[in-house]
Amino acid sequence: MADMMQFDLVSPERRLTSTEASAVQIPGADGDFTAMAQHAPTIATLRPGIVTVQGAGGEERYVVTGGFAEVTPDGTTVLAERAMPAGEVTQDIIDDFVATAVAARDNATPEMLDQLSKQVGDIALVASELGLQSKA
Amino acid sequence: MPSLKDLKNRIDTVKSTRKITKAMQMVAAAKLRRAQEAAEASRPYTERFNAVLGGLAKASAGSDAAPILLRGTGSDQVQLLVVMTAERGLCGGFNSSIVKLAKQKAETLKGEGKTVKILTVGKKGREQLKRDYGDLLIGHVDLSEVKNIGYANAQEIANDLLARFDAGDFDVATIFYNRFENVVSQIPTAVQVIPAKFDTPSESDETGYVYDYEPSEEEVLATLLPKGVATAIFSALLENGASEQGARMSAMDNATRNAGEMIDKLTIEYNRSRQAVITNELIEIISGAEAL
Repeated sequence: MADMMQFDLVSPERRLTSTEASAVQIPGADGDFTAMAQHAPTIATLRPGIVTVQGAGGEERYVVTGGFAEVTPDGTTVLAERAMPAGEVTQDIIDDFVATAVAARDNATPEMLDQLSKQVGDIALVASELGLQSKA
Repeated sequence: MPSLKDLKNRIDTVKSTRKITKAMQMVAAAKLRRAQEAAEASRPYTERFNAVLGGLAKASAGSDAAPILLRGTGSDQVQLLVVMTAERGLCGGFNSSIVKLAKQKAETLKGEGKTVKILTVGKKGREQLKRDYGDLLIGHVDLSEVKNIGYANAQEIANDLLARFDAGDFDVATIFYNRFENVVSQIPTAVQVIPAKFDTPSESDETGYVYDYEPSEEEVLATLLPKGVATAIFSALLENGASEQGARMSAMDNATRNAGEMIDKLTIEYNRSRQAVITNELIEIISGAEAL
Protein backbone atom coordinates (compact mmCIF):
# COMPACT_ATOMS: atom_id res chain seq x y z
CA MET A 1 0.00 0.00 0.00
CA ALA A 2 1.35 3.35 -1.01
CA ASP A 3 1.85 6.10 1.53
CA MET A 4 -1.17 8.24 2.20
CA MET A 5 -1.20 12.00 2.08
CA GLN A 6 -3.66 14.71 3.01
CA PHE A 7 -5.87 15.87 0.15
CA ASP A 8 -8.08 18.97 0.21
CA LEU A 9 -10.36 20.23 -2.51
CA VAL A 10 -11.77 23.67 -1.83
CA SER A 11 -13.76 26.13 -3.89
CA PRO A 12 -14.53 29.69 -2.79
CA GLU A 13 -17.99 28.62 -1.74
CA ARG A 14 -17.27 25.44 0.16
CA ARG A 15 -14.77 22.80 1.13
CA LEU A 16 -15.63 19.81 -1.02
CA THR A 17 -13.46 17.21 0.53
CA SER A 18 -10.66 16.80 3.00
CA THR A 19 -9.42 13.26 3.11
CA GLU A 20 -6.50 10.87 3.03
CA ALA A 21 -5.49 9.87 -0.46
CA SER A 22 -2.82 7.68 -1.95
CA ALA A 23 -2.81 9.37 -5.34
CA VAL A 24 -4.58 12.29 -6.98
CA GLN A 25 -4.80 12.83 -10.71
CA ILE A 26 -4.83 16.52 -11.52
CA PRO A 27 -5.67 18.12 -14.87
CA GLY A 28 -2.79 20.60 -15.05
CA ALA A 29 -2.74 23.33 -17.67
CA ASP A 30 0.29 21.67 -19.25
CA GLY A 31 -1.06 18.16 -19.01
CA ASP A 32 -2.40 15.75 -16.45
CA PHE A 33 -0.21 14.65 -13.62
CA THR A 34 -0.60 12.44 -10.60
CA ALA A 35 0.39 13.66 -7.16
CA MET A 36 1.40 11.08 -4.58
CA ALA A 37 2.98 11.38 -1.16
CA GLN A 38 6.53 12.72 -1.33
CA HIS A 39 5.84 14.50 -4.58
CA ALA A 40 8.13 17.46 -5.19
CA PRO A 41 6.56 20.76 -4.10
CA THR A 42 4.69 22.13 -7.10
CA ILE A 43 2.20 24.81 -7.88
CA ALA A 44 0.31 24.20 -11.09
CA THR A 45 -2.57 25.97 -12.77
CA LEU A 46 -5.50 23.80 -13.82
CA ARG A 47 -7.55 23.47 -16.93
CA PRO A 48 -11.19 22.36 -16.86
CA GLY A 49 -11.12 18.65 -16.18
CA ILE A 50 -11.66 15.86 -13.72
CA VAL A 51 -9.72 15.42 -10.50
CA THR A 52 -9.56 11.76 -9.54
CA VAL A 53 -8.78 10.91 -5.93
CA GLN A 54 -7.64 7.42 -4.94
CA GLY A 55 -8.58 7.27 -1.30
CA ALA A 56 -8.90 4.55 1.29
CA GLY A 57 -12.56 4.18 0.40
CA GLY A 58 -12.02 3.83 -3.34
CA GLU A 59 -11.97 6.32 -6.13
CA GLU A 60 -13.75 9.65 -6.16
CA ARG A 61 -14.06 12.05 -9.06
CA TYR A 62 -14.62 15.80 -9.05
CA VAL A 63 -15.17 18.17 -11.94
CA VAL A 64 -13.19 21.41 -11.71
CA THR A 65 -13.19 24.40 -14.05
CA GLY A 66 -9.78 25.87 -13.47
CA GLY A 67 -7.91 27.20 -10.50
CA PHE A 68 -4.66 25.83 -9.20
CA ALA A 69 -3.15 22.97 -7.24
CA GLU A 70 -0.55 23.17 -4.54
CA VAL A 71 1.39 19.96 -4.10
CA THR A 72 3.75 19.43 -1.18
CA PRO A 73 5.38 16.23 0.04
CA ASP A 74 2.77 15.94 2.84
CA GLY A 75 -0.34 16.83 0.97
CA THR A 76 -2.14 18.26 -1.98
CA THR A 77 -4.55 21.15 -2.04
CA VAL A 78 -6.65 21.91 -5.08
CA LEU A 79 -8.15 25.39 -5.14
CA ALA A 80 -10.78 25.33 -7.84
CA GLU A 81 -12.95 28.20 -8.94
CA ARG A 82 -15.90 25.93 -9.44
CA ALA A 83 -15.85 22.35 -8.35
CA MET A 84 -18.36 19.61 -7.66
CA PRO A 85 -18.50 15.85 -7.33
CA ALA A 86 -18.73 14.25 -10.78
CA GLY A 87 -21.99 12.59 -9.75
CA GLU A 88 -23.67 15.97 -9.21
CA VAL A 89 -22.86 17.27 -12.65
CA THR A 90 -25.95 17.42 -14.80
CA GLN A 91 -26.57 18.46 -18.36
CA ASP A 92 -27.68 21.92 -17.16
CA ILE A 93 -24.42 22.49 -15.36
CA ILE A 94 -22.38 21.46 -18.39
CA ASP A 95 -24.47 23.77 -20.56
CA ASP A 96 -23.77 26.57 -18.12
CA PHE A 97 -20.01 25.85 -18.16
CA VAL A 98 -20.01 25.79 -21.94
CA ALA A 99 -21.99 29.03 -22.17
CA THR A 100 -19.58 30.80 -19.79
CA ALA A 101 -16.54 29.52 -21.65
CA VAL A 102 -17.97 30.38 -25.05
CA ALA A 103 -18.92 33.87 -23.88
CA ALA A 104 -15.39 34.39 -22.56
CA ARG A 105 -13.94 33.16 -25.84
CA ASP A 106 -16.13 35.41 -27.93
CA ASN A 107 -15.15 38.48 -25.92
CA ALA A 108 -11.50 37.53 -25.78
CA THR A 109 -8.58 39.61 -26.92
CA PRO A 110 -6.54 37.98 -29.71
CA GLU A 111 -3.70 36.90 -27.39
CA MET A 112 -6.15 35.18 -25.03
CA LEU A 113 -8.15 33.53 -27.81
CA ASP A 114 -6.03 30.40 -28.01
CA GLN A 115 -6.20 29.69 -24.34
CA LEU A 116 -9.94 30.31 -24.11
CA SER A 117 -10.76 28.21 -27.15
CA LYS A 118 -8.80 25.42 -25.51
CA GLN A 119 -10.97 25.78 -22.41
CA VAL A 120 -14.10 25.28 -24.46
CA GLY A 121 -12.56 22.11 -25.87
CA ASP A 122 -11.56 20.93 -22.40
CA ILE A 123 -15.11 21.31 -21.14
CA ALA A 124 -16.40 19.35 -24.11
CA LEU A 125 -13.97 16.58 -23.16
CA VAL A 126 -15.22 16.57 -19.59
CA ALA A 127 -18.78 16.34 -20.87
CA SER A 128 -18.08 13.34 -23.07
CA GLU A 129 -16.15 11.67 -20.23
CA LEU A 130 -19.28 11.95 -18.08
CA GLY A 131 -21.52 10.83 -20.93
CA LEU A 132 -23.17 14.23 -21.34
CA GLN A 133 -23.66 16.45 -24.35
CA SER A 134 -21.72 19.62 -24.99
CA LYS A 135 -23.23 22.18 -27.29
CA ALA A 136 -19.93 23.90 -28.07
CA MET B 1 -54.49 66.34 26.13
CA PRO B 2 -55.13 63.54 23.65
CA SER B 3 -58.43 61.80 23.98
CA LEU B 4 -58.75 58.21 25.09
CA LYS B 5 -59.47 57.15 21.53
CA ASP B 6 -56.30 58.88 20.26
CA LEU B 7 -54.20 57.14 22.86
CA LYS B 8 -55.72 53.79 22.05
CA ASN B 9 -54.96 54.32 18.38
CA ARG B 10 -51.37 55.27 19.07
CA ILE B 11 -50.84 52.23 21.24
CA ASP B 12 -52.18 50.02 18.47
CA THR B 13 -49.89 51.66 15.91
CA VAL B 14 -46.79 51.20 18.03
CA LYS B 15 -47.81 47.62 18.75
CA SER B 16 -47.98 46.76 15.08
CA THR B 17 -44.66 48.54 14.47
CA ARG B 18 -43.15 46.39 17.20
CA LYS B 19 -44.46 43.28 15.52
CA ILE B 20 -42.80 44.29 12.27
CA THR B 21 -39.44 45.15 13.80
CA LYS B 22 -39.51 41.96 15.84
CA ALA B 23 -40.16 39.93 12.69
CA MET B 24 -37.39 41.75 10.83
CA GLN B 25 -35.01 41.05 13.67
CA MET B 26 -35.77 37.34 13.56
CA VAL B 27 -35.40 37.23 9.78
CA ALA B 28 -32.08 39.04 10.05
CA ALA B 29 -30.93 36.58 12.71
CA ALA B 30 -31.70 33.63 10.45
CA LYS B 31 -30.02 35.29 7.49
CA LEU B 32 -27.04 36.21 9.62
CA ARG B 33 -26.45 32.59 10.48
CA ARG B 34 -26.48 31.68 6.81
CA ALA B 35 -24.21 34.58 5.90
CA GLN B 36 -21.77 33.58 8.60
CA GLU B 37 -21.74 30.01 7.38
CA ALA B 38 -21.00 31.21 3.86
CA ALA B 39 -18.17 33.38 5.13
CA GLU B 40 -16.81 30.45 7.12
CA ALA B 41 -17.01 28.14 4.11
CA SER B 42 -14.97 30.48 1.96
CA ARG B 43 -12.22 30.84 4.51
CA PRO B 44 -10.12 27.75 3.63
CA TYR B 45 -9.99 28.82 0.00
CA THR B 46 -9.13 32.44 0.70
CA GLU B 47 -6.48 31.57 3.24
CA ARG B 48 -4.66 29.06 1.04
CA PHE B 49 -5.04 31.28 -1.97
CA ASN B 50 -3.59 34.33 -0.29
CA ALA B 51 -0.76 32.33 1.22
CA VAL B 52 0.25 30.95 -2.18
CA LEU B 53 -0.25 34.21 -4.02
CA GLY B 54 1.48 36.18 -1.29
CA GLY B 55 4.51 33.93 -1.49
CA LEU B 56 4.63 34.21 -5.26
CA ALA B 57 4.13 37.94 -5.20
CA LYS B 58 6.91 38.41 -2.67
CA ALA B 59 9.30 36.46 -4.86
CA SER B 60 8.69 38.60 -7.90
CA ALA B 61 8.05 41.91 -6.15
CA GLY B 62 10.37 44.66 -7.16
CA SER B 63 11.29 43.06 -10.44
CA ASP B 64 10.36 44.98 -13.56
CA ALA B 65 9.00 41.85 -15.14
CA ALA B 66 6.29 41.59 -12.49
CA PRO B 67 2.76 41.66 -13.93
CA ILE B 68 1.14 45.06 -14.08
CA LEU B 69 -1.53 44.00 -11.59
CA LEU B 70 1.17 43.55 -8.98
CA ARG B 71 3.52 46.36 -9.88
CA GLY B 72 0.86 48.93 -10.73
CA THR B 73 0.94 51.45 -13.52
CA GLY B 74 3.70 53.37 -11.81
CA SER B 75 1.34 56.18 -11.00
CA ASP B 76 -1.38 56.74 -8.44
CA GLN B 77 -3.02 59.69 -10.12
CA VAL B 78 -6.41 58.18 -10.85
CA GLN B 79 -7.95 56.47 -7.87
CA LEU B 80 -11.00 54.24 -8.08
CA LEU B 81 -13.04 53.74 -4.95
CA VAL B 82 -15.29 50.70 -5.00
CA VAL B 83 -17.94 51.33 -2.37
CA MET B 84 -19.84 48.23 -1.36
CA THR B 85 -23.05 48.74 0.56
CA ALA B 86 -26.34 46.98 1.06
CA GLU B 87 -29.34 46.98 -1.23
CA ARG B 88 -31.69 47.76 1.61
CA GLY B 89 -31.84 50.17 4.46
CA LEU B 90 -33.12 49.72 8.02
CA CYS B 91 -29.81 48.37 9.21
CA GLY B 92 -28.57 51.11 11.52
CA GLY B 93 -25.41 52.86 10.56
CA PHE B 94 -24.26 50.08 8.27
CA ASN B 95 -24.47 51.94 4.96
CA SER B 96 -23.62 55.35 6.33
CA SER B 97 -20.43 54.19 7.98
CA ILE B 98 -19.05 52.79 4.73
CA VAL B 99 -20.06 55.89 2.82
CA LYS B 100 -18.49 58.09 5.49
CA LEU B 101 -15.18 56.26 5.24
CA ALA B 102 -15.25 56.46 1.45
CA LYS B 103 -16.05 60.16 1.55
CA GLN B 104 -13.16 60.81 3.92
CA LYS B 105 -10.82 58.97 1.60
CA ALA B 106 -12.18 60.81 -1.42
CA GLU B 107 -11.62 64.15 0.26
CA THR B 108 -8.04 63.30 1.25
CA LEU B 109 -7.27 62.15 -2.26
CA LYS B 110 -8.83 65.25 -3.77
CA GLY B 111 -6.79 67.38 -1.41
CA GLU B 112 -3.68 65.68 -2.76
CA GLY B 113 -4.71 66.65 -6.26
CA LYS B 114 -5.65 63.13 -7.35
CA THR B 115 -8.51 62.24 -9.65
CA VAL B 116 -11.18 60.22 -7.85
CA LYS B 117 -13.64 57.88 -9.51
CA ILE B 118 -16.28 55.92 -7.70
CA LEU B 119 -17.90 52.60 -8.51
CA THR B 120 -20.76 51.57 -6.31
CA VAL B 121 -21.99 48.11 -5.44
CA GLY B 122 -25.38 48.15 -3.79
CA LYS B 123 -28.14 50.71 -4.10
CA LYS B 124 -27.88 52.45 -0.75
CA GLY B 125 -24.32 53.66 -1.19
CA ARG B 126 -25.13 55.01 -4.60
CA GLU B 127 -28.04 57.02 -3.27
CA GLN B 128 -25.92 58.58 -0.55
CA LEU B 129 -22.95 59.33 -2.78
CA LYS B 130 -24.98 60.74 -5.65
CA ARG B 131 -25.63 63.94 -3.74
CA ASP B 132 -22.02 65.00 -3.25
CA TYR B 133 -20.12 63.04 -5.85
CA GLY B 134 -22.63 62.52 -8.63
CA ASP B 135 -20.12 63.48 -11.29
CA LEU B 136 -17.52 61.01 -10.02
CA LEU B 137 -19.69 57.90 -10.24
CA ILE B 138 -18.54 55.83 -13.17
CA GLY B 139 -20.57 52.73 -12.66
CA HIS B 140 -22.90 50.72 -10.49
CA VAL B 141 -23.33 47.04 -9.81
CA ASP B 142 -26.83 46.01 -8.90
CA LEU B 143 -27.11 42.98 -6.64
CA SER B 144 -30.73 43.48 -5.61
CA GLU B 145 -31.84 40.47 -7.66
CA VAL B 146 -29.19 38.22 -6.12
CA LYS B 147 -30.42 36.14 -3.21
CA ASN B 148 -27.28 34.26 -2.31
CA ILE B 149 -24.02 35.88 -3.17
CA GLY B 150 -21.87 33.46 -5.09
CA TYR B 151 -18.36 33.48 -6.40
CA ALA B 152 -19.79 34.23 -9.85
CA ASN B 153 -21.05 37.63 -8.63
CA ALA B 154 -17.61 38.51 -7.32
CA GLN B 155 -16.07 37.37 -10.57
CA GLU B 156 -18.36 39.65 -12.55
CA ILE B 157 -17.36 42.66 -10.49
CA ALA B 158 -13.71 41.66 -10.75
CA ASN B 159 -13.93 41.30 -14.52
CA ASP B 160 -15.53 44.71 -14.75
CA LEU B 161 -12.72 46.19 -12.66
CA LEU B 162 -10.03 44.44 -14.67
CA ALA B 163 -11.52 45.58 -17.97
CA ARG B 164 -11.53 49.17 -16.74
CA PHE B 165 -7.97 48.77 -15.49
CA ASP B 166 -6.82 47.40 -18.85
CA ALA B 167 -8.52 50.31 -20.56
CA GLY B 168 -6.46 52.65 -18.39
CA ASP B 169 -9.44 54.06 -16.51
CA PHE B 170 -7.63 54.11 -13.19
CA ASP B 171 -4.31 53.36 -11.51
CA VAL B 172 -5.30 52.24 -8.04
CA ALA B 173 -8.48 50.54 -6.89
CA THR B 174 -9.60 50.36 -3.27
CA ILE B 175 -12.65 48.51 -2.03
CA PHE B 176 -14.72 49.70 0.91
CA TYR B 177 -16.80 47.30 2.95
CA ASN B 178 -17.77 46.47 6.50
CA ARG B 179 -15.71 43.79 8.16
CA PHE B 180 -17.81 41.57 10.38
CA GLU B 181 -16.45 41.65 13.89
CA ASN B 182 -19.53 40.46 15.74
CA VAL B 183 -23.24 41.14 15.77
CA VAL B 184 -22.95 44.56 17.38
CA SER B 185 -19.77 45.79 15.76
CA GLN B 186 -18.92 46.01 12.10
CA ILE B 187 -15.79 47.83 11.09
CA PRO B 188 -15.70 49.88 7.90
CA THR B 189 -12.57 48.77 6.09
CA ALA B 190 -10.67 49.89 3.01
CA VAL B 191 -8.55 47.39 1.10
CA GLN B 192 -6.46 48.12 -1.93
CA VAL B 193 -6.97 45.41 -4.57
CA ILE B 194 -5.22 46.84 -7.63
CA PRO B 195 -2.27 46.81 -7.65
CA ALA B 196 -2.43 43.84 -5.34
CA LYS B 197 -1.04 44.28 -1.86
CA PHE B 198 -0.23 41.48 0.49
CA ASP B 199 0.42 41.48 4.16
CA THR B 200 3.81 40.04 4.73
CA PRO B 201 3.07 36.47 5.70
CA SER B 202 3.91 35.76 9.31
CA GLU B 203 6.45 33.09 10.22
CA SER B 204 3.83 30.40 10.62
CA ASP B 205 2.58 30.87 7.07
CA GLU B 206 5.94 29.98 5.64
CA THR B 207 5.88 26.37 4.60
CA GLY B 208 9.51 26.54 3.69
CA TYR B 209 9.02 24.67 0.42
CA VAL B 210 10.65 25.70 -2.80
CA TYR B 211 7.97 25.10 -5.37
CA ASP B 212 8.19 24.02 -8.98
CA TYR B 213 5.83 26.04 -11.08
CA GLU B 214 3.81 24.75 -13.96
CA PRO B 215 3.71 26.17 -16.64
CA SER B 216 6.12 28.81 -15.23
CA GLU B 217 6.33 31.08 -12.24
CA GLU B 218 5.42 34.15 -14.31
CA GLU B 219 2.46 32.48 -15.95
CA VAL B 220 1.11 31.11 -12.70
CA LEU B 221 1.38 34.55 -11.16
CA ALA B 222 -0.27 36.14 -14.18
CA THR B 223 -3.24 33.73 -13.98
CA LEU B 224 -3.57 34.01 -10.25
CA LEU B 225 -3.53 37.78 -9.88
CA PRO B 226 -6.88 38.43 -11.60
CA LYS B 227 -8.34 35.59 -9.53
CA GLY B 228 -6.88 37.31 -6.49
CA VAL B 229 -8.97 40.36 -7.24
CA ALA B 230 -12.07 38.20 -7.50
CA THR B 231 -11.22 36.41 -4.27
CA ALA B 232 -10.70 39.69 -2.41
CA ILE B 233 -14.02 40.99 -3.69
CA PHE B 234 -15.77 37.73 -2.86
CA SER B 235 -14.63 37.75 0.71
CA ALA B 236 -15.52 41.44 1.00
CA LEU B 237 -19.02 40.68 -0.30
CA LEU B 238 -19.46 37.87 2.20
CA GLU B 239 -18.17 39.96 5.11
CA ASN B 240 -20.48 42.73 4.00
CA GLY B 241 -23.42 40.34 3.82
CA ALA B 242 -22.83 39.09 7.34
CA SER B 243 -22.26 42.63 8.61
CA GLU B 244 -25.47 43.88 7.02
CA GLN B 245 -27.55 41.22 8.71
CA GLY B 246 -25.76 41.75 12.00
CA ALA B 247 -26.32 45.48 11.82
CA ARG B 248 -29.96 45.02 10.89
CA MET B 249 -30.45 42.54 13.69
CA SER B 250 -29.15 44.90 16.36
CA ALA B 251 -30.93 47.91 14.84
CA MET B 252 -34.21 46.01 14.85
CA ASP B 253 -33.58 44.72 18.33
CA ASN B 254 -33.21 48.32 19.51
CA ALA B 255 -36.31 49.37 17.61
CA THR B 256 -38.31 46.56 19.19
CA ARG B 257 -37.15 47.54 22.64
CA ASN B 258 -37.94 51.21 22.03
CA ALA B 259 -41.39 50.30 20.81
CA GLY B 260 -41.92 48.26 23.98
CA GLU B 261 -40.93 51.21 26.17
CA MET B 262 -43.20 53.50 24.23
CA ILE B 263 -46.12 51.11 24.63
CA ASP B 264 -45.54 50.99 28.38
CA LYS B 265 -45.49 54.77 28.61
CA LEU B 266 -48.58 55.19 26.45
CA THR B 267 -50.42 52.53 28.42
CA ILE B 268 -49.76 54.35 31.68
CA GLU B 269 -50.97 57.59 30.12
CA TYR B 270 -54.03 55.79 28.79
CA ASN B 271 -54.87 54.30 32.17
CA ARG B 272 -54.41 57.65 33.90
CA SER B 273 -56.70 59.41 31.42
CA ARG B 274 -59.29 56.72 31.81
CA GLN B 275 -59.11 57.02 35.60
CA ALA B 276 -59.46 60.80 35.28
CA VAL B 277 -62.57 60.37 33.18
CA ILE B 278 -64.06 57.95 35.71
CA THR B 279 -63.25 60.26 38.59
CA ASN B 280 -64.84 63.13 36.73
CA GLU B 281 -67.98 61.17 36.12
CA LEU B 282 -68.16 60.15 39.78
CA ILE B 283 -67.76 63.77 40.91
CA GLU B 284 -70.53 64.78 38.58
CA ILE B 285 -72.85 62.07 39.90
CA ILE B 286 -72.04 62.82 43.52
CA SER B 287 -72.38 66.58 43.18
CA GLY B 288 -75.57 66.02 41.20
CA ALA B 289 -76.94 63.88 44.08
CA GLU B 290 -75.90 66.42 46.67
CA ALA B 291 -77.65 69.21 44.83
CA LEU B 292 -80.96 67.43 45.09
